Amino acid sequence: MITGRRVAIVAGVRTPFAKSGTILKDVPAVQLARHAAKELLYRTEIDGKEIDQVILGQVVPSVLVPNVAREVSLLPQLPPGVPAYSLNRACASAAQAVTNAADQIVLGNADTILAGGVESLSDIPILHSRRFSQILVEASKAKTVGGRLAAFSRLRPRDLIPVTPAIAEPSTGESMGQSAEKMAKENGITREDQDRIAAMSHQRAAAGTADGRLLAEIVPWFGGPAMDTVATSDNGIRPDTTVEVLAQLKPVFDRRYGTVTAGNSSPLTDGAAVVLLMAEEKAKALGYEPLAFVRSYAATAVDPGWQLLMGPALAVPKALERAGIGWADLGLVEIHEAFAAQVLSNVQAWASSAWADRLGLSGPVGEVDWEKTNVMGGSIAIGHPFGATGARLVTTLANEMRRRDVQFGLISICAQGGMGYAMVLERR
Amino acid sequence: MNGSAFTATVDSGIAILTLDLPGEPVNKLTSGLLDEWEVLIEQLRGADAVRAIVLLSGKPDSFIAGADIEELTRLTSAAEVEALSRRGQDLTDRVEQFPKPIVAAIHGACVGGGCELALACHWRIATDSPKTQIGLPEVQLGLLPGAGGCVRLPRLIGARAALDIILAGKSERAQKALKLGLVDEMVPKSILRAVALAAADRLAREGIPRRTGPGGPAGALLDGTPMGRQIVYRMARKEVLKKTGGHYPAPLAALEAVRIGLEQGALEGFRAERERFGALAVTPVSRNLVRIFFATTALKKDDGVPPGLEVTPIPIHRLGVVGSGFMGAAIAGTAVLNAQVESRLKDSELPRVGRGLKAALGILDERLRRRRLSRPQHQRLAGLLSGSADYSGFTRADLVIEAVFEDLVVKRRVLAEVEAEIRPEAIFATNTSTIPIRDIAAGASRPERVIGMHFFSPVERMPLLEVIPTDRTDARTAVSVVRFGRAMGKTVIVVRDHPGFWVNRILSPYLNEAGVLVEEGVPVELIDRTMTRWGFPVGPVALMDEVGLDVAQKASKVMHAAFGERMAPPALIGRMLEDDRLGRKNGRGFYGYHEGHKTGVDERVYRILGVKPLEGFAHEDIQRRLVYLMLNEAAMACAEGVVQSARDGDIGAIFGIGFPAFRGGPLRLIDDLSAGNVVETLTRLATAHGARFAPAPVLEAMAAHGERFHPL
Repeated sequence: MITGRRVAIVAGVRTPFAKSGTILKDVPAVQLARHAAKELLYRTEIDGKEIDQVILGQVVPSVLVPNVAREVSLLPQLPPGVPAYSLNRACASAAQAVTNAADQIVLGNADTILAGGVESLSDIPILHSRRFSQILVEASKAKTVGGRLAAFSRLRPRDLIPVTPAIAEPSTGESMGQSAEKMAKENGITREDQDRIAAMSHQRAAAGTADGRLLAEIVPWFGGPAMDTVATSDNGIRPDTTVEVLAQLKPVFDRRYGTVTAGNSSPLTDGAAVVLLMAEEKAKALGYEPLAFVRSYAATAVDPGWQLLMGPALAVPKALERAGIGWADLGLVEIHEAFAAQVLSNVQAWASSAWADRLGLSGPVGEVDWEKTNVMGGSIAIGHPFGATGARLVTTLANEMRRRDVQFGLISICAQGGMGYAMVLERR
Repeated sequence: MNGSAFTATVDSGIAILTLDLPGEPVNKLTSGLLDEWEVLIEQLRGADAVRAIVLLSGKPDSFIAGADIEELTRLTSAAEVEALSRRGQDLTDRVEQFPKPIVAAIHGACVGGGCELALACHWRIATDSPKTQIGLPEVQLGLLPGAGGCVRLPRLIGARAALDIILAGKSERAQKALKLGLVDEMVPKSILRAVALAAADRLAREGIPRRTGPGGPAGALLDGTPMGRQIVYRMARKEVLKKTGGHYPAPLAALEAVRIGLEQGALEGFRAERERFGALAVTPVSRNLVRIFFATTALKKDDGVPPGLEVTPIPIHRLGVVGSGFMGAAIAGTAVLNAQVESRLKDSELPRVGRGLKAALGILDERLRRRRLSRPQHQRLAGLLSGSADYSGFTRADLVIEAVFEDLVVKRRVLAEVEAEIRPEAIFATNTSTIPIRDIAAGASRPERVIGMHFFSPVERMPLLEVIPTDRTDARTAVSVVRFGRAMGKTVIVVRDHPGFWVNRILSPYLNEAGVLVEEGVPVELIDRTMTRWGFPVGPVALMDEVGLDVAQKASKVMHAAFGERMAPPALIGRMLEDDRLGRKNGRGFYGYHEGHKTGVDERVYRILGVKPLEGFAHEDIQRRLVYLMLNEAAMACAEGVVQSARDGDIGAIFGIGFPAFRGGPLRLIDDLSAGNVVETLTRLATAHGARFAPAPVLEAMAAHGERFHPL
C-alpha cells in the first residue's frame, strides 16, 4: 500500500477514440493530447498555475515531437515553467504516467499533476531502410557534388522500400497477434469464448455510450474542414455485434487452425486521455471532491518467449497484496482487452491453483465476476490507443466507482515485452 | 534645454552617443535636440581620439519615433515649416558628409525623422525584435519625409521599393528592411552594441563598403534607367490616385520630390522636398490628419471616466464569448490575436461551436499566411482558443461577451445563465447595436458589472469599439472594458446608452436618405459614386448591402421608434426583403454578387421597387442631402451627450463608418463650414425636401453665438 500522502483522482477526460485511418487520421498525436489536456483544465476549472508537472505516455512517438508531454505543458493555459516528460511502458504507459504522478505527490515533490497518454497510429514514423539512411547521411556530409553523386550511386531500388514499425517483439520477432494465437492454443481458449467476450465488449460499450456514462469522459473533437463535424463518441463500437456475426470472421494469424480474428482483437486506434491527480489535502483546499484515490500498483514481467501477454497474472496479485486487500474486496475490475484470448488467459490464470503453482503464487487470485468486470466494455470495442489506454481505464473505473459507490477497484493491463501492470483504486 | 539628451562615452576610439530625451517616453527630434546635436557633432569632428561614432537609443524599445509633431503644429506658415525642414536636411546632410563613419544601432521604432537620420548614417544595424520598425509614415499625417528621406531612400533601395514605403507611409520589420537594403545588418538585441562598435571600428579602418544595387536585373532596368523610372513614376501615380481618390495631396507631392531627387540631382531633390513639406504641413488635410493622430493618441490614455477618478481595472486574462456566430467568433479570434487572452466560445450546438472556432482560427491563419505570425506564435495563440456547448470554463472568466441573436429576451436569458456561472467580480458585456443596454441589464443580479460593447463588422478589421456603460455600471467595469478593448487593438470611445449609440445614430438618417433618393429614382450607382468621391470608402447603398438589409431594417425601426418622424425609414427595404434580398450575405441586394464579389447594380431592383432610374441628378444635391442629415444628427447627438467630446464624435465617425478623415469628422466639418452656414443649408433643404432637415436647435444656438464644437 502506498503510505504517506493520499493521491486523489480528481477528474479525467479523453478525446473520442477513433479507429486509425478514420476521423483523426490527419491529426498529429500532440494535437490530440493538447486538446484533451486543455479541456480537462476547463472542465475542472483549475487554475493552470496549480499544475506542477505533466507526465504522458506514448508508445510510438513522432520523430518531430519526441517529448509530447512538454508540448502539452506548453499550453498557454499553463505557466511556461511546468516540467514535463514522456514515458513508454508500452500499453501500460498512461497507467505508468498516473502512478509516476502518484509517487511524486506521495513524495511531496508535487501537489498536482496532469498525467495520461496519447497515441496516433495514423501518425507513426515510416523509416527509410538502414542502407538508404546511411547513404543520405554520407551524401549530406560529402563536400563535393562528385562525392554526393558517388554516395547516391550505391543506392539500389530495394533500399527505397520503407520500413514500417511492426507491433512485434524485438526479442522474439513474434507479433502481438501471434502471441495471442499461441496463448489461445496453449490455454485452450475457444473461438466461441473469445467471440463472446468481444460481443460483450461491444454491447456494454454501446450501452455505456447510450446511457451517457462513456460520453461523460469524452470531450468533443471538432473535425472536418469546417470543424463542424463534431465527434463526441468512439467510432469503433458496434452495438449490433453478436457472437454469430463475429463467428463469420476469418482468423488472421493462423488461417487454418487459428481463433484470433479482427473481431476479437482491439483495433489500431487514435486518441488521447488525461487524468488530474492531486494530493488529498490539495484537492480539499481547492474544493474538489475526489473520484477515487490511488491505493497501490505493481508492474511485473514474464519471458516474452513464453506467454507474452500473461504479465497481469503476476501483477494483479502483487498489487492486491500491496493494497492489503483480496480479490473478493473488489467492487469493480477493468481488464484491458488487447485480445479476447489474452483476457481469457489472464482470467484463467487468476482462477486456477495449477496456474498459481506454475507462477509460484501461494494460491489462486480469484474468480472473475463479469457483472463487476469491464462493465462498460473494453478496448476491443472502445479502441486501444497504446499510450492512452491506461488513463482511459483509470477514468472509466474512477467514475464508475463513484457512481456505484464502490470502495475498491482494479485495473489490469498486459503490455508488450511480457509486462503486466495493475493498479488498485479506493473510493474513500 | 532641460538636461542633456545625449550621453557620449568613448571606447577605444569609438564615440558612443546614447540618445535619451529627458522626460519623454520615446525619443523624438525636437528643435532643442537638433541644437544639442549640432554642438556635439562639431566637437566630435575635432576630437582626434575619436575615429568613428555609434548612435544608440537609451529608451527601452524605441530608437527615434520621428519629429516632434506638436512643434510642427505650432508653426502657421509654409515658410516657417520649410525652414524647419531645411534644418532637418542640414542635420542629416552633415551626418552624411561627416568625415568619420557614423553607425546607427537601431532597436525599436525608427520612423519618420528617426529613419531619415539613420538613412544619413554610414552603416545601419537593426535588431531582429518585432519591436524594431523602420519606415517613413509621414504621408499618413498628410506630410512627406522632410529631412532628406525622399532623396536618400530611393538612392539606397531603389525607386520602386522607396516609393512603396514613402507613398503608403509604411514601416517595415527588420527582416524586410534587411532584404530591401534599408539596413546593413540584423542582429539579436543582446549583441547590438557590440556589433555596432565592431562595425564602427571596421568602417574607420577600411572605409565604407560599396553597396550593390538592389532588385536584380528587373530592378536594374526599372530603377536604374531614366526610362524605366518613368514607368515606375507613372504606375505609382496611378496607384496613389486609385487609393486616395485625389483627396490626399501628400503622396503625390512625395512622388514628385522623389522624382526630382532622382532625375535632377540631390540638391534639387532637397529643395523640392522642403518646399512641398512646408506647403503640405499647412493644408487643412494635413492639419486634420494630425488632429486625428493626436485624438487617437489621447484616446489611448482616456479611460472614459471623469478625470481624477482613480479606479483599478480588473485584469482580463480569460474571456468567455457566448454565441459563436459571425460576430462572436471574430470577437474571440481578435481577442486571442491582439489581447492574447484565453477565449472560450459557447454556443448551444457543437457544430456551431466548431464553425465559430474555425472562423476564429481563420483570423490567426490569415496572419500566418501574411507572415505576421510565425508558426510557433500561431500555435501558441491557437492554443488560447477553445469551445464548448456548455458553460464549462466560464467560472474563471474575467469577462464574458455575449454576441447572440439580437433579441432582448434571448440576451436577458443569456445574461441570467452567465451570471449563474461567473464569479461576482467578473464582467458581462453585451454586443448589441440596437438594444438599450439598460434593458438587457434590467434583470441582472449584478447590474454594476453589466456593460455594452458595440463591435463593428468585420471585427478583426474595423478599428472602432463603442463602450456603453449604463447608469448602474460601475467605473471599474467601464475602465476594465475600455482597457480590454484597447488591448484588442481597438480605438475605444465611451458613449451614452441611447438608441443607436453614436455611430448608428448618425448613420441612420444618412442611410434612410439614401433609400429616399433611390425611391425618387436616383440611380444606385450615382448615389454610391457621389459619396465615394466625397471621400467615403463605400457608398450608402452598398453599405446597406454589406450590413445586411434585415439588420438595417431592424435598426431603422428601433431608431424610428426612438426619434420619431425624423428617422422614418423608407419603405424600400421592406420591399427588398419581401424579394428575399438580404444584401451581400445571401448574394442578393441592391447589387448582384458572384462568388462573393460584387458584380454591379442588380437592375431588377428598380422594378421591384417600382421606380424608374432617372438621369439628370446633380452630384451636389445628392451629396448635400446625405451629408447634411448626418451633420445635423451628429450635432444633435453630441449636444445630448451621446459622446463625451467632439473629439470622440469625430473619431467615432471616421473609424466607425469611414467618414473621410481629411475632412476631420462631422463635428469638425460643421466648425469648418460654420454653424451658421450649416443652419442655412439645412433650412433650405427642409423647405425643399421636408422637416427631417430642420436644423438642430443646438446648431441654431451655435450659429447665433458664433460657437464651435472644437476650440479654434
